Amino acid sequence: MIQQTDEPVIKHTPAAADAAQKKGLASLKIPTSALRAYTMVLALIVVWLLFTWATGGVFLEARNFSNLMRQTAVTGVLAVGMLMVIVSGHIDLSVGSVAGLTGGIAAMLLTWLGWGLVPSLAAAVVVGASIGLAQGTLVAYANVPAFIVTLGGLLIWRGVIKGVSRGSTIPVELRSFKFIGQGYVAPLAGIAIAIVAVAAIVLINVRRTRARSRHGLTAQSVTNTVFRIVIPSAVIIGFILALNSYAGVPIPVIILLAVSLAGAFLTQNTTFGRYLYAIGSNRDAARLSGIRVRRHILVVFCLMGALAAVSGIIYTARVGSGSPDAGVLLELDAIAACVIGGASLMGGRGTIFGACLGALFMASLDNGMSLKNIPDFTQDIVKGSILVAAVGLDMFWRRKSG
Amino acid sequence: MSVTTSAPLLEMRDITKSFPGVRAIDGVTFDLFAGEVHALVGENGAGKSTLMKVLGGVYPYGTYDGEILIDGEARSFHRVREAEEAGIAVIFQELSIIKDLNIGENIFLGREPRRFGVINWEELYSRAQKLLDELHLALDPRTSVGQLGIGQQQLVEIAKALSQQARILVLDEPTAALTDAEAETLFRILDNLRKRGVGMIYISHKLDEVFRISDRITVLRDGRAVGTEPANAIDEVHVIARMVGREVGDIFPKADHERGEAIFEARNITVEDPNVRGKLLVRGVSFTVRRGEVLGIAGLMGAGRSDLLMAIFGAHTGPTTGEILIEGKLARIARPSDAIRHGLGFVTEDRKRFGLIIDQTILRNMTLAGLRSLSGRFVTNEHAEAATGERAMKDFSVKAGSVFTIVGTLSGGNQQKVVLAKWLLTKPRVLFLDEPTRGIDVGAKQEIYAHINNLARAGLAIVLVSSELPEVLGLSDRVLVLHEGRVTGEFQRADATAERVMACATGHTRSAA
Repeated sequence: MIQQTDEPVIKHTPAAADAAQKKGLASLKIPTSALRAYTMVLALIVVWLLFTWATGGVFLEARNFSNLMRQTAVTGVLAVGMLMVIVSGHIDLSVGSVAGLTGGIAAMLLTWLGWGLVPSLAAAVVVGASIGLAQGTLVAYANVPAFIVTLGGLLIWRGVIKGVSRGSTIPVELRSFKFIGQGYVAPLAGIAIAIVAVAAIVLINVRRTRARSRHGLTAQSVTNTVFRIVIPSAVIIGFILALNSYAGVPIPVIILLAVSLAGAFLTQNTTFGRYLYAIGSNRDAARLSGIRVRRHILVVFCLMGALAAVSGIIYTARVGSGSPDAGVLLELDAIAACVIGGASLMGGRGTIFGACLGALFMASLDNGMSLKNIPDFTQDIVKGSILVAAVGLDMFWRRKSG
Repeated sequence: MSVTTSAPLLEMRDITKSFPGVRAIDGVTFDLFAGEVHALVGENGAGKSTLMKVLGGVYPYGTYDGEILIDGEARSFHRVREAEEAGIAVIFQELSIIKDLNIGENIFLGREPRRFGVINWEELYSRAQKLLDELHLALDPRTSVGQLGIGQQQLVEIAKALSQQARILVLDEPTAALTDAEAETLFRILDNLRKRGVGMIYISHKLDEVFRISDRITVLRDGRAVGTEPANAIDEVHVIARMVGREVGDIFPKADHERGEAIFEARNITVEDPNVRGKLLVRGVSFTVRRGEVLGIAGLMGAGRSDLLMAIFGAHTGPTTGEILIEGKLARIARPSDAIRHGLGFVTEDRKRFGLIIDQTILRNMTLAGLRSLSGRFVTNEHAEAATGERAMKDFSVKAGSVFTIVGTLSGGNQQKVVLAKWLLTKPRVLFLDEPTRGIDVGAKQEIYAHINNLARAGLAIVLVSSELPEVLGLSDRVLVLHEGRVTGEFQRADATAERVMACATGHTRSAA
């Protein structure tokens, strides 16, 4: 589970905290970012209920739920990288092609050249990061707009994979590779993960309380602390149990969890993350505050490239082969996930948690509509409309609340 | 020049324009005759631009009090277009031409000669050519404006004004961006226009130009007209006295600072305009600051004060030369992060653009510049940060709900305190303040003044740039005056009078006292 650290640690002046305690939950002052997260969770639940009803319960069955989570992983890993790019005020349109190219490279190294698993994967990630480095250099140091650089990249890297694969699919037989996309963690291990996660949540909250008193800050209300522990723990346990009721937690889901946890930590708990938000909000002020703007943008594109490779590997392993048109249009899913999750394309706003929820939302639409055998073209129309409507509504609410 | 018998071309009677909390101009009466150049002078913020915006219809009829008469007839302009149709053309400091269009297109933008609804390009270019010839400009009207120098762009604006049959031409600091030769051309053209009976209102900080070109001079001070005289009846000293004629109030806590050894030295700083090749914004400026000293830098708009500070901080986009010494050692400052590492802090002039991340919290803004030392080199410690932020908020008495209040919702004064706190949290040794009290109320101003004094007393070296002369005089131990990028005077506190400083700021040189 991703700890959402976007909301401030102290939300109340002492007076407000007292009032909140007296009146209970209803008067808790909820920051806009958290409010947005709740709305999104609500929207997700509505969509899930709708599909469950429409498919006569198939949608939320153990098998399909497991599948849905696995689908989310590919977009989710991309969305984590994309979120950082978007927060810094840029965009990366090339990630679908980069994922296709790097997944294809892994397949070629394994099947055609007979490389081992680790060197093949490492090579794919290095290629992804290098592409990010090249594109980032152009954006940060040559001042070419990211839209143009990565639009070019979208074509170039797609062309490269078509060329080197000679237009054919490359099947991979190596079982350890396929395991990355198709395997599961044993149910018992899943339970262990849940226990560790719950313990971590409790520990984080205990340390928070201690740190607050050490720095002489106002104590958090008890209800608040309980909710901070109970709700995430319940979600994690429920999530693991649901996946265990089929075959265990899928490996891609484990990878997504690891990537998004790392991403959330990086954006919320490091100077690097803080600087990204500052750069995206006001580049000039960030520079005058001593932030090395170009260097940070370069690093972000580099991370994005590496994550595109991770995503490409998961995709290739899930399908069991590299193909010249793997990952087509994935960049749009990743961008849509970020935007639906509350990121602003103007930069400076968005959370990893939101982007992951957005990815889950997009994957749910895909999955549910496919279950209902809704034709491809209708699916595209629905997804497009929902994207525009989500952002439109958000702008409307934002204006209303000032 | 000789048309004093007839009725004035333009009369502005008893004009008053208020903004929330401020009366920008207060009962100003002003007139202009055909064939006359009437200069309007005054300190920054005296109300010159506001008055011209009333005239030009930028502030529509009804939002100000008073009357505007043209040829003795009362007029009310509801928009800029109506003022233009009445023959008023205002050429503001920021030019309103479009660089991607060519000269002819710019001159007739929105008023293109048409035939059957289609632009008649032949007529457009031939009329443009005629206008350029009248101004003795050897230019092809098909030349893209982006290729012209700023001076020629300004002349294109004048051509545009002439094409509208302007009879009243307002020039706001027209020579600010011009080279001397270009300024000469401009003056010749203005002389020609004078002969053709055009009335001109000339706003400038450069008094030598004002005396050279104008027939009458009106001085504005704090929104009031404090005298109109024929130019040949007064001299610069009188004009300067009128511009500053105001007592320096005792809102400045008089504090003589204990000055220590020199900690910062700038040598021969020169900055070139990033957009105009060869135009120097700062020319060979050198100065030192001591520990515990407040060095004031005075000068009028465009004197290069902000450029100097930006260059020292490694933040200027134009080519910069010169040396910075900190505690006698050469410091290489290529970018703001270098400057911060060397112990410099910089409260910038444009708060919203350079100072604050406006949609983030007070805390995030306060800790941004000093984050690594306040919070952790890589992993941040939000609790330690919040504690620091809450302390700073108390120290600077920032009025807000909590450190998590979004900075954009604060008043200007509180925003400025956040910026000040941000820089002090980097523990600087030298603090540069560029217009630290711009756009904030009097109460907040006094608080900032008190902070400046306290910081100096604590041994910080402070460089203070301000357009408000009383502020510079009231706070500084030493005053440096800039004019057109050059140091034209240096005064110790005791010698720094408003008149002397203003004389240097308007171009008179005075050797160091």
